[in-house]
Amino acid sequence: MNSMHYLYAAYIATWVIHGTYLAILLRKYSRVRKEMESLRK
Amino acid sequence: MKRGFPLLAIATALLLSFALYEALIAAPTEQTMGDVQRIFYYHVPSAWTAFVLFLVNFVCSVVYLIRRDTKSDILALVSAEVGVVFCTVVIVTGPIWARPVWGIWWAPGDIRLTTTLVLWLIYISYLMVRRLSTSGKTPVIAAVVAIFGALDVPLVYFSIWFFRTQHPSPVIGGGGSLDPRMAHVLLINWAAFLCLAWLLCWTRYELEVAQRKVEEAQALESMPEGSR
Repeated sequence: MNSMHYLYAAYIATWVIHGTYLAILLRKYSRVRKEMESLRK
Repeated sequence: MKRGFPLLAIATALLLSFALYEALIAAPTEQTMGDVQRIFYYHVPSAWTAFVLFLVNFVCSVVYLIRRDTKSDILALVSAEVGVVFCTVVIVTGPIWARPVWGIWWAPGDIRLTTTLVLWLIYISYLMVRRLSTSGKTPVIAAVVAIFGALDVPLVYFSIWFFRTQHPSPVIGGGGSLDPRMAHVLLINWAAFLCLAWLLCWTRYELEVAQRKVEEAQALESMPEGSR
């Protein structure tokens, strides 16, 4: 494997990890928002 | 969310883009390792950011044990969670860098690698305790775990100063020599990751506050009319 592939793999892995965490936060946010709305009703 | 949040989000996005350009294009190519050395600009700042977050977690845990205030408890939880994200980046990018340079993905028994893995496992355990424990004492138990966990941070950092390992010596301090242009790019990337960590902590903090309010309201609602 070309050493450039390792470089790209490391950078992509970093952003996949941050992106996954951000997606988890967004899912949590939408769940909390739904719960807030159901409490208001 | 407060007014500063969008400003911080824009500043972080700009800084991260600039830091990426500096790391991949502007930084000089290292003579021995070649371009793969550029992993350094993500690997090292992620480790430093994780250390800062675990330090915040330690301070907040101590403050919580003294004052028992909700704010310190939430800050401790948030910093540990975001710290684990950055520590995961370190654990993943390390082997990807090691394979073309050392010829192996992992050096079993290497003190820096082992202590970093232990640090990650300690904070994963901390988050498990917070998530799975139903005891009213969970924040206290978690704070004690965090204080013990923080003891591993100096061990990780100083391990390469006191032991000969496969992992290279420190590049800043400890007798390491780093090209000033490389040091400049390294610091820009660290600043960008610190901004990202701040943004993630802020988002997670607001989310945790909202979640606790919802849980309180749900608990109140489930109580019989007379006992509220």
